[in-house]
Amino acid sequence: MVERNLAKVEVAGSSPVVRSAERARSAADRALSRFPAPPRPGPARSASGPPRLTFVIPAGDSRHCRAGAGPGMLEDMSERVIEVTGLRRRYGGPGPEGFEAVRGMDFEVRRGEVYALLGTNGAGKTSTVELLEGLAPPTAGQVRVLGMDPCRERGAVRPRIGIMLQEGGFPSDLTVAETARMWAGCTTGARPVAEALDLVDLGRRAAVRVKQLSGGERRRLDLAMALLGRPEVLFLDEPTTGLDPQARHRTWELVAALREEGTTVLMTTHYLEEAEALADRLAIMREGRIVLSGTPAEVTAAQPSRIRFRLPEGMAPAELPLDLPAAVEGTRVEIRTRDLQADLTRLLLWARDAGAVLAGLDASSASLEETFLQVADGPAGADGADGAQGTDGTGGDGRVERVTA
Amino acid sequence: MSGYSTTSVLLGVPMRKGAGARMRSLARAELTLLVRNRTALFTALLMPLLMVAAGYSVSQDMADDLAEGGLSVGMTVASGGLVMIMLLVVYSNLTAAYAARREERVLKRLRTGEPTDGEILAGMALPSVLLALAQCVLLVTATALLMADSVPRQPLPLALGALLGCVLMAVAAVVTASFTRNAESAQITAVPLFLVSAVPVYVPLELLPDTLADVLRLLPLTPSLELMRSGWSGGLDGTELLRALGLAVVLDGAGGVCCTPVVPLGAPAVNRGGGERNA
Repeated sequence: MVERNLAKVEVAGSSPVVRSAERARSAADRALSRFPAPPRPGPARSASGPPRLTFVIPAGDSRHCRAGAGPGMLEDMSERVIEVTGLRRRYGGPGPEGFEAVRGMDFEVRRGEVYALLGTNGAGKTSTVELLEGLAPPTAGQVRVLGMDPCRERGAVRPRIGIMLQEGGFPSDLTVAETARMWAGCTTGARPVAEALDLVDLGRRAAVRVKQLSGGERRRLDLAMALLGRPEVLFLDEPTTGLDPQARHRTWELVAALREEGTTVLMTTHYLEEAEALADRLAIMREGRIVLSGTPAEVTAAQPSRIRFRLPEGMAPAELPLDLPAAVEGTRVEIRTRDLQADLTRLLLWARDAGAVLAGLDASSASLEETFLQVADGPAGADGADGAQGTDGTGGDGRVERVTA
Repeated sequence: MSGYSTTSVLLGVPMRKGAGARMRSLARAELTLLVRNRTALFTALLMPLLMVAAGYSVSQDMADDLAEGGLSVGMTVASGGLVMIMLLVVYSNLTAAYAARREERVLKRLRTGEPTDGEILAGMALPSVLLALAQCVLLVTATALLMADSVPRQPLPLALGALLGCVLMAVAAVVTASFTRNAESAQITAVPLFLVSAVPVYVPLELLPDTLADVLRLLPLTPSLELMRSGWSGGLDGTELLRALGLAVVLDGAGGVCCTPVVPLGAPAVNRGGGERNA
């Protein structure tokens, strides 16, 4: 991204946008070069303003800044685009007939990140996203999007965000192009309609009525409308549900390209491979709370790895190295470990010394799916509010945030 | 199309699209939908014509009664026609349209965009209101040409009455749609207001028992009707005119205030199908 060791970066006052890096054209520019981005509203980019400070950022420190929306622009990656504290949402009254869908959420999303909310149905993902989108005020707690209250300051927030709901909501008797034209007429700095439709491969369906579209095509139309205003922040609620595999991958490419362009994305999804492919960080929700969050690697690292093998003929389980916690069923052995390399080494050294052949030996780190099943699906109370089950103790390097109630 | 003005491009920041542009855009889409919906088109174009014809024959039969109440046949046909236009073209039509858009979650989707709730509802009402006003002009012109006793003497109260009536009916449609499940049930939920509003058109209030007349005076369209009639007869003096005008404006305003809590028209449907929390 930056050639030499250090890139000089200037910041205008406390403005979150880091500017004037010498060169910052990235893969994103190539991916979206067909559609040059016009200037967009956002953090001030005017020449006047508070005195400039100069910071020096080590090259390759992409955690703090990376290629921005235009040539020669870097985006400050530490800017918190979405901040959520103590968020609660209750439907119905305070009595027993009411239901609390969101029960105290805290998280933040930095500029340019793709953040995924995972969880089973009813975990509170959509209820949370609706609060972030400003569709309803929270029962308690605070939401800030681009530093503003998305509900009370929606007039200022909306032109800078794009929203894709879980279910469309376009008049069935309008054509695709008419729908896009209506939406463009309501959107500041809208892309040309044809361009927006081409982004999601709907250009050829422009003259078709919405009611004649397939479910997947409607999802793509919805996505196109969310992208129409070149949003800084994009909210996607299950963007690929109902898409065929090809369209799903196309959507992933699009989201990845937008991310490279500097768009911040908050998405919910049922598909773990989607979160694994796209998300910089993710949070697994259960019953209105975040139970586990971090990068995909951190989240899976919080789960123990597994070593599996079959006991050699005539060997008793008691002969295994005793300090390894092992579950034995017949001749099958499964060892769960937080330190796969050390424990595997010990096991193999023992096997060599004992002259044992471990048939069907298999060692694997936890997958996101295993983690998800372990964490997201547990019955209420079975593992306690502290989520001690399965993920006992803290995650490896301590960077995984375990959320306790 | 691009949404940028020259100045805003020079400043490097696109100017936020104005409320007018957003409402035009919504109105255009709604007009397209109106043209594509046969039921709505029938209600909006043919029904008023049929009702005016029916009103004409009824008025002929009641000519003596009307005269007793100080109304001429021509005036009754014309003012009755205007009320019918408001009820059919604006009220019935819009109630069904709002309910349909909510059912299809269009309102919810629009609420995720830049338009405010008021802009969404007003933008959607625009085609019906304009169509109704055009029909009002046509009807007044036609009756004035065809029937000697229906030439308006004071066009201003007439125009104000028609305008305020149309706006009030749009507001009433929002309120009615808030408890209307879908476009079909709008044919039922819109009936009560429709029927009672028609009574004072053909039955002079002066001929009715006082209590009933007082109740009918409270109907939303009555002040508009009085305003419009005074346009023909010139019968109202300054104070009465102002009272009717004030009442009509207050009703519009009060209706608007009533709308505010129901404006999240999406709400019932949203929660019904939003789904996850029910799981």
